[in-house]
Amino acid sequence: MNTLPENHYLNARRGLKSWLFTLDHKRIGILYLYGIIGAFFIGGVLALLVRLELFGPGRDIMDAKTYNQFFTLHGAVMIFLFIIPSIPAALGNFLLPQMIGAKDVAFPRLNLASWYIYITGAVFALYSIHSGGVDTGWTFYTPYSTETTTSVISMTLGIFILGFSSIFTGLNFIVTIHKMRSPGQTWYKLPLFVWALYATAIIQVLATPVLGITLLLLILERAFGIGIFDPAMGGDPVLYQHFFWFYSHPAVYIMILPGMGIISELISVFSRKKIFGYKAIAFSSLAIAFVSFLVWGHHMFTSGQSEIAATIFSFLTFLVGIPSGIKVFNWLATMYKGRISFDTPMLYGLSFLFLFTIGGLTGIFLGALAVDVHLHDTYFVVAHFHYVMMGGTVMAFLGGIHFWWPKMWGRMFSSFWSTVAWAIVFVGFNMTFFTQFILGSRGMPRRYYNYLDQYQPLHAFSSVGSLVLAVGFIIMGIYLVHSLFRGKPAGNNPWGALTFEWQSTSPPPTENFVKPPKLTHGPYDFDKISPERTFP
Amino acid sequence: MTGNSSKRKAEHILSLRVYLLVGVALMILTAVTVAVSFIPLGGWNAVVAVAIASVKASLVALFFMHLLHDKRLNLIIFLIAILFLTIFITLTMFDTLTRGTVDERTRSPIQEEAVIYQKTLPDSLKNNLIEDDSSIFKDTLRP
Amino acid sequence: MEKDKGYGPGQPAHHFSEIEQQTEAVKLGMWIFLLTEILLFGGLFTAYSVFRAWNPDMFINAHKFLNVMLGTLNTVILISSSVTVVLAIRSMQLGRREKTIFFLVATLILAAVFLVVKYFEYSHKFHLGQLPGKYYTFTGVEGTNPHIFFSIYFSMTGLHGLHVLAGMIAIGWMLVRTVRRNFSSEYYAPLEATGLYWHLVDMIWIYLFPLLYLIG
Repeated sequence: MNTLPENHYLNARRGLKSWLFTLDHKRIGILYLYGIIGAFFIGGVLALLVRLELFGPGRDIMDAKTYNQFFTLHGAVMIFLFIIPSIPAALGNFLLPQMIGAKDVAFPRLNLASWYIYITGAVFALYSIHSGGVDTGWTFYTPYSTETTTSVISMTLGIFILGFSSIFTGLNFIVTIHKMRSPGQTWYKLPLFVWALYATAIIQVLATPVLGITLLLLILERAFGIGIFDPAMGGDPVLYQHFFWFYSHPAVYIMILPGMGIISELISVFSRKKIFGYKAIAFSSLAIAFVSFLVWGHHMFTSGQSEIAATIFSFLTFLVGIPSGIKVFNWLATMYKGRISFDTPMLYGLSFLFLFTIGGLTGIFLGALAVDVHLHDTYFVVAHFHYVMMGGTVMAFLGGIHFWWPKMWGRMFSSFWSTVAWAIVFVGFNMTFFTQFILGSRGMPRRYYNYLDQYQPLHAFSSVGSLVLAVGFIIMGIYLVHSLFRGKPAGNNPWGALTFEWQSTSPPPTENFVKPPKLTHGPYDFDKISPERTFP
Repeated sequence: MTGNSSKRKAEHILSLRVYLLVGVALMILTAVTVAVSFIPLGGWNAVVAVAIASVKASLVALFFMHLLHDKRLNLIIFLIAILFLTIFITLTMFDTLTRGTVDERTRSPIQEEAVIYQKTLPDSLKNNLIEDDSSIFKDTLRP
Repeated sequence: MEKDKGYGPGQPAHHFSEIEQQTEAVKLGMWIFLLTEILLFGGLFTAYSVFRAWNPDMFINAHKFLNVMLGTLNTVILISSSVTVVLAIRSMQLGRREKTIFFLVATLILAAVFLVVKYFEYSHKFHLGQLPGKYYTFTGVEGTNPHIFFSIYFSMTGLHGLHVLAGMIAIGWMLVRTVRRNFSSEYYAPLEATGLYWHLVDMIWIYLFPLLYLIG
């Protein structure tokens, strides 16, 4: 019988002020978790409304101008308020110091500031909904974004501010990992989730500043007509796209790398087997971080860049798929001859393997210049990125949430309902988005309010899928919240894992460890040690 | 916690002389770069100017910012920043310098004069809102 | 001697185990921040490169209206301020608090002079109508779209000027903390980090100056 520890980080100090002025990385992670769940809810509602409108051609529930605003906001909210911070800021903040045996991150006050900056950026971005919306698409392409009367400046200022939150988190993590590992914990003894956070942080600090200057220049272009991006003012709209995608392509690796880190943890623990190819996985994360900066032009194959540049970017894009492929093979090899258990985190892990592979491969299709000319700006692209972002990152995020839920709150959720929710989410996801591969390859353009009758059955099916997805998430919300009040105490190590955070109580004490953890084994040494599950 | 001086590694404190010499060197290089700018070298002016600036920047980085004697990681971070900036500029200019070389029709329209130099602003450039009835879909729109 | 947030000489913050670890972490953190600043300005250098390559003659014609003498003066001022700030840090390394204060004040004065010079340059341009983008009314530059040169000039020097201002605030805060005896020869990492930031501001100007003022 497990019991909750008497003193832990959640009850150490009580009251709103103890949360709003906390320097405890775990509390900051929880604060971020609330924020990103809120953002996911807002972005999700926007998505449902978009899909509802697309149920039939012509007007269903809104006019075209409003529709443009809805898909723009869905994209901007999901990308900048949900997915980019999600794993690093919520799970990373909670876990990183524990995984390296540290008491906190390198700069705790900067960490809290990052959260306040996140909230401030969110306020600016969401205010734009009130002040007239934005209808440019989340990519804010010029010259439309410099001329439209919608609230571009409010939204871009919000995203500019959010960028700082991302940068400071990345900076904090890099310094923490370099300077605060426990004695004897060399780089090759780190959990792969830490390697993933490290590679992500590198991308965050290198790429986000360029988004900053891009949005700044966009604001100046709108306010003063400086003439860099608007052809009417002598500028070049393709140059805007170079600037924008120099950040936004590496940004998608900010989204996926931490998810891949989680998958490494899940696959190993739930196969009860040492991870196959530790160094390959670790270095592939760094390789992805580097190569991700060389491929941005593949978003611009049909925009008007030169043919020579397009060809170069297409070639480089094929290279970036290789390290991801290496990871997938290593995860599969880890599972081979392992003792696999199908707890909910593993169900999400397995879903990731399947769905991310589809998403990644379709990315390679799109990377082929000649193919992309036909598929660009169709639903094929929409399906591709939802497969990698939702089928990939969100599945990994949900796997991580379920895996570390007992550690964060000390309580276990219902495995029956979590399995039900997973199944509904998995089915709903594929209903919604696999259909869109078909829609796109048959010529349905993206961001279109209206469409020809022949696409209606597929659109309707996809919209029904989105409702199924919603049901799955609602069930998830219910059993997770229920577990906070009625869940059974989970014990220190419910899953029998080997990384440091499982050596402390669930929930952990504020200082993370009563005694500093001793490094007696590697994070995946299931061949040497067989830790007991404390649950059930 | 206290009294760790025996474990503290010897700090490298540069002498006043080194700092002043580097400062003087920077001033001299400034004078040189201004002087060279008056010599017409065509396209090479830009190259020489950037080269001299890079020497100055290196002096600032190595001596004023202590990179010469500091932990190597800090130097690596600085070089990585330069590397990625170079990647950004280079790959972007792969595009901007080669427009229209394969197909003349894709040549950049940048050479055209901006609207602000024209007497009147055409209506199409005033704040435009996309209207509902796009002409392509006029016949296929459902009410 | 006033205790500052629990750490004086030899005592690190609660999540660090040794003062050297804290010093190294602070410096590493600042270097990463400088990396982000290089990429931030990098976007403007890219815009400069792209437009200069497209319109080399217009750039040369337009830049003639920049005052090389004032630009050189500003370069000398910033280099001097880099010298004074590094001497401030050196003084603290040797435990000489009064000298540190002196050099920090000298740095602030030089930075202020830099901004004053820039004010004169800007107001002269406004007077002539050499304004960014759609407010540009000057007619004396030959070439297509000369307002783009001035847009880039104002963006680059404007962003740089904001960083000078931010640097002055940071140095001012370091001055306050030095007066309050928060630093010693054992621990002065924030001071050193601020110095690093200031040197980057100088370095950016070292590139801006020839690219904008000395094109040929």
